[in-house]
Amino acid sequence: MRKAMGVIMAASLMLTVLFGCGQADNTPASSGAGAVSGTVATDGSTSMEKVIGALGEQFMSDNSGINFTYNPTGSGSGITAVEEGRCDIGLSSRSLKDEEKAKGLTETVLALDGIAVIVHPDNPVSDLDLETVAKIYRGEIVNWSEVGGTDAEIVLIGREAGSGTRDGFESITQTADSCQYRQELTSTGDVITTVANNPGAIGYASLASVKDTVKPLSIGGTAPAEATVKDGSYAVQRPFVLVTKSDGQLSAAAQKFFDYATSDAANDIISKAGAVPAN
Amino acid sequence: MKQKKTLEQAVHGLFLILGLVTVGCVLLITVYLIIAGIPAIREIGPVNFLFGQEWASTASEPKYGILPFVLTSVYGTAGAILLGVPIGFLTAVYLAKLARPRVKAVISGAVNLLAGIPSVVYGLVGMMVLVPGIRRLFQIPDGSSLFAAIIVLAIMILPSIVKVSLTALEAVPKEYEDASLALGATSIETYFRVSVPAARSGIAAAVVLGVGRAIGEAMAVMMVSGNVANMPSLFQSVRFLTTAVASEMSYSAGLQRQALFSVALVLFLFIMLINAALNFFLKRGKED
Repeated sequence: MRKAMGVIMAASLMLTVLFGCGQADNTPASSGAGAVSGTVATDGSTSMEKVIGALGEQFMSDNSGINFTYNPTGSGSGITAVEEGRCDIGLSSRSLKDEEKAKGLTETVLALDGIAVIVHPDNPVSDLDLETVAKIYRGEIVNWSEVGGTDAEIVLIGREAGSGTRDGFESITQTADSCQYRQELTSTGDVITTVANNPGAIGYASLASVKDTVKPLSIGGTAPAEATVKDGSYAVQRPFVLVTKSDGQLSAAAQKFFDYATSDAANDIISKAGAVPAN
Repeated sequence: MKQKKTLEQAVHGLFLILGLVTVGCVLLITVYLIIAGIPAIREIGPVNFLFGQEWASTASEPKYGILPFVLTSVYGTAGAILLGVPIGFLTAVYLAKLARPRVKAVISGAVNLLAGIPSVVYGLVGMMVLVPGIRRLFQIPDGSSLFAAIIVLAIMILPSIVKVSLTALEAVPKEYEDASLALGATSIETYFRVSVPAARSGIAAAVVLGVGRAIGEAMAVMMVSGNVANMPSLFQSVRFLTTAVASEMSYSAGLQRQALFSVALVLFLFIMLINAALNFFLKRGKED
């Protein structure tokens, strides 16, 4: 009995110490306020996670009073969220449709996401059009000889379900849910390494991370590069869009973030996160 | 005198609490997994979930069938055991009975080192060397396959099999062997007819431990198996239970995420089963 009492007392003591510490640590964090305070709520595209995460982080460290939140729900629900006023800025990885603009929404292109289609450096094929790429990924073309290459089976390398790059690639080539992947890898680096090691492989990766161990294909005659993504001539790309209400006024904090994200100062962060800045 | 007793009790209590931390962690994980894993199974339906042959978690009409993962994990583990156990077991026999001390020291050192290599390194070497090697050797378009995963797993389970079997073999009383030798058996006959049967429960435990390690491995397997949710076939890209959770968790949401917890729950049940088997063998070993 006394033993049990001792145990309970010791346990409660330890718990008190643990939780006591936690609280002591928590309180001072919320007190430091900057010039503008408040919250910026963003909601939308999961593909923009890297870009918006990097921007948000930098923004918060520059403005200590502002709390930045990002809710990765997908482009569609992000757009709905702005429309219903549930967030300040919606994030969409596609342009707004006309009916969405008619509902009083404005799009501001923050960045462009170029996706390179890559093959092994020894592969003689160096140019495909978008339709052929789609056919290859749907499994309608299975041999490199059908597109002017050597007689070898095409090995389709892709990303895991839920990846932003996969979502982007499949929506641009209109191959959603129909890709016959041979490998689904979990990082851009893995895709590049795998393609670099297999002469029959084809893969896709964010343009910024493509290295010279693999060969990026030109699509319909246009080679992927920052310039061709920016002027729109390279086809495998999509915009990262900030969605706001046309009539509504942004809160001071949200306006500050909007200005920051679209300013030149943010360009470096956007490129580091793997996208091409639009401004 | 009384003071000493109180101190004694206090220390006892402290140790008890530290012991309970482990138990608490196990309970927490079990309860959390069950709570997080059950809803998706209910929503998808246990039969559709466990025996569905198609997994397409982000499709417009998502399908959550985990039979490919379950079978892949079972086949992959079985393959690794089939390859790894004979090698590991014979290595243990050699080390325990035949090897000269200096050779034994070198090989034991190598086995220990093998046990210490992080799984991501196994994966990396597998990805850079084994996968292209398999592609060339078997003339297939891509080497990432169940076969590559089996080889990596077989190497990864070697240390546990060697070490546990070795301990079991070394614990066989010398009198047994002496008696056998005195009756005119050769030394090899003695090792395989006397020592090994005497150590069989320990060796069984080594195998079960290997199974546990193989079925729970995620990182190395993820890098060599291709991760497509196909029904398993030796030279096809496959996805294991572990890699199913690991590869999709980071971007998952909603039912997909819940379903991944359910996959983890199924994996957890497998591990529990293996642990029960391990306890059974170890207990029987003591009773012998």
